[in-house]
Amino acid sequence: MHELSVTESILEIATSHAIKAGATKVTHINLVIGRLSSIVDDSVQFYWETMSEGTLCAGSILTFHRLPAILHCTICQNDYQIEQELIPCPKCGSYQTTIIGGEEFYVDSIEIEKDPENN
Amino acid sequence: MVSTKVTVVEKILSTNDRLAGINRQNLSDHGVLGINLMASPGAGKTSFILETIKRMKVNYKIGVIEGDTAPVTIDADKITAAGMPAVQINTGGDCHLDASMVADGLNQLPLDLIDLLIVENVGNLICPAAWDLGTHLSLLVASIPEGDDKPYKYPNIYRGLNVLIINKVDLKPYVQFDMEYFRKGVEMLNPGLVTFAVSCRTGEGFDNWIEWLKHRISLK
Repeated sequence: MHELSVTESILEIATSHAIKAGATKVTHINLVIGRLSSIVDDSVQFYWETMSEGTLCAGSILTFHRLPAILHCTICQNDYQIEQELIPCPKCGSYQTTIIGGEEFYVDSIEIEKDPENN
Repeated sequence: MVSTKVTVVEKILSTNDRLAGINRQNLSDHGVLGINLMASPGAGKTSFILETIKRMKVNYKIGVIEGDTAPVTIDADKITAAGMPAVQINTGGDCHLDASMVADGLNQLPLDLIDLLIVENVGNLICPAAWDLGTHLSLLVASIPEGDDKPYKYPNIYRGLNVLIINKVDLKPYVQFDMEYFRKGVEMLNPGLVTFAVSCRTGEGFDNWIEWLKHRISLK
C-alpha cells in the first residue's frame, strides 16, 4: 500500500502549479497512469478527499487516464497489449520483446478557477 | 470566475526522484557504491547480505541500511554482529523505503569509511519498484521456492534492475522451477540482465558474484 505517499505527491504537485497560475480553486486533476504502474485508483480517491480538505484542491475531481501496457515483438514486429500477466508475443510466440507503453505515471494537467481581474 | 486548464506534465514521484539524486551524489562524493536490495519476504535478503559481508570483510567496509515495517532490530543486529555499521529504518508500516528515509540513514553512517552501502528494502515485490532511493544499482534477490512465474506476475520490479540474484539454487531438486521459463520472462523485461544463481547455504555461485561486485566497486 503506497497510495498514501502517492496521494501526497499529487497534492503537492497540483497545489504548486495552482499557486503559480494564480488559482483560487482547483476543480480537476488529470492523471496519466500506465497499466504497469501499480496504483489503486479507488484508494487514491479515498485519501484524496481527506488530504485535500482545507487546500486549494478541496472538492476537486481526480481523473485517471489509464494507458494500456504495450509490448513490441522484436522478431515479428507485432505490437500487442497485455492485460494482467506478461505473455510472449501472441503472433509468433517470441519472448524477445520491448515494453513501449504502460509505465506512464504523471500529473498531466489541472483545471483551475481564478478571479478575472487577476488574469 | 474564469476556468482555465494548466498543463503540468510532472512525474508523480518527482520530489522523491530529486531527493534520490541528492543521495546518489552524496554517495558518489564519498566514493561509496550504493545498492538497493529488493526481494519478497523470505527470499533471503539478510542471509545474502551476511554471506557477502563474510566474503568481503577483510578488505572492504560495508554499511547497511535495514528497512523494516516495524521496530524489530533482528536484521540490523545480525549485521552489527558481523562487524559492520548498520542503521535500522522503521517505515511505520509503509510498504517501501523512499529517498528521504535513505537520506536519514546516510546521515547516521560513517560514509568516509565505507566502500559499499547495501540498502535492504522492505520485503515486497510491488511497491519498492517505484521509489528511486538514490543508490547506483538495483538488485533483486529472487529465490527458487517463490516459483518461476514471478517475472510474469511482477513485471515492474524486474524492469529497473541492474543485477538479479537467484537464491536457494540448492533447493532446485525439491521444487518445481523451470529455469528457462523464468529466464525468458526476465529477458522480456530486462534483456541482458546480469544474473547470478547462488545459495547462501552452500555458498554455490558466490565467487562469481563477489568478483563482479569487487570489480564494480573498483570502478567507483
